[in-house]
Amino acid sequence: MCLAIPAKVVSIEGSSALVKIEDVEYQASLLLLEDVSPGDFILLHAGFAIEKIDPEEAAETMRLLREIASHGPQ
Amino acid sequence: MQYIDEYRNKKLVLAVAGEIRKVSTKEITLMEVCGGHTMAIHRFGLQAVLPPNIHLLSGPGCPVCVSSQHFIDTAIAYCDIPDAIITTYGDLIRVPGSISSLEKEKAGGHDIRIVYSVLEAVEIAKNHPTKPVFFLGIGFETTAPATAAAIVQAKKERIGNFFVLSAHKVMPPALMALIEDGVGIDGFIAPGHVSAITGSAIYDDVVTSGRLGVVISGFEPVDILQSVLMLVNQYEYGNPKVEIQYRRIVHPQGNKIAQDLLSQVFELKDDRWRGLGVIPDSGLKIRKDFCEFDAENRFPVSVPEQADPAGCICGSILRGLKTPNDCGLFGTTCTPSDPVGACMVSAEGTCATFYKYRS
Repeated sequence: MCLAIPAKVVSIEGSSALVKIEDVEYQASLLLLEDVSPGDFILLHAGFAIEKIDPEEAAETMRLLREIASHGPQ
Repeated sequence: MQYIDEYRNKKLVLAVAGEIRKVSTKEITLMEVCGGHTMAIHRFGLQAVLPPNIHLLSGPGCPVCVSSQHFIDTAIAYCDIPDAIITTYGDLIRVPGSISSLEKEKAGGHDIRIVYSVLEAVEIAKNHPTKPVFFLGIGFETTAPATAAAIVQAKKERIGNFFVLSAHKVMPPALMALIEDGVGIDGFIAPGHVSAITGSAIYDDVVTSGRLGVVISGFEPVDILQSVLMLVNQYEYGNPKVEIQYRRIVHPQGNKIAQDLLSQVFELKDDRWRGLGVIPDSGLKIRKDFCEFDAENRFPVSVPEQADPAGCICGSILRGLKTPNDCGLFGTTCTPSDPVGACMVSAEGTCATFYKYRS
């Protein structure tokens, strides 16, 4: 029910964005999120963009995980 | 797919699981609150890569599962209002009420439509101005802001035939109720998408009064295992706190626009949860300013309270006291194609998940 999926913003018109998940296009309402630009990744939930995905935080999490993988037991 | 595939990487899964084995010495039970986590844990077989001293338990985080029978019966009563169109998210349609389900009512000729977004319900109302259009509002803080946005939109556009039956709920009082009930857990894997809206401060009470750790988690296998690792570290060192694993999405302050819409449209009310009973200030009621969109205000119906179905232990499962394997109906009388309890209906219900993945 709280399922939300990363989607890439293609274009924006008024309070709605055209987004893509893989090659499938969806409309995402922007009534709950501002400062969205084409190329951003947003989280799509029940037709609404509820948050932007922060690429820097994602990279930092990945860096931590790779560090664990590089000297943790396999 | 970006932001999904890298969090399903087998090498990372095994590395994080290995790190957990290295630091974990004590028996520990963690509750994943969100149905989305339950589904991912079973779908990806995560329990199998964890050491046997780490136990994962499902909690009350599936909105379909915790919606009371009374709510379903009320929705069914609306079917008898002349020309009514009932709109609902898909999962809800098969939940048994005390004598029928929305699916059976639809088969009987009532106009019941599954929508993907509440905005579709608003469109249906615009396209059928002479018919009352009801939207069954279920879901936690993740989903409720969408309903709030739709109500504000309907007010702006002066749509007079759109009505919401709100069973929206908020998560923190349910967590506190479990703690007060003495649930035997050592930490919460907290719902990432609820927290994207609310921020992380809603869990402070769990740490200060409950002395339990909380890690806000993403939904992919690596996310969940990293969250388990963070909770194990907290537990081993006796240092419970609120941490965010899902940092690419969740900010400590949450989504301010969504929070403002929630408080503009809704106020807290005491609400009934399947299995947990009535919990003070745990439900969202439409404020007086928007009462023309409140189905309960515009179309009051009297629906008697009914006991949950005989033999069904959904209530104990939702409180983390039992698992589906403890239920005499599980897999025999109660199956996904013919469910008795709500936990077998929703794809993210604990019983449906156990049934699908034969856990």
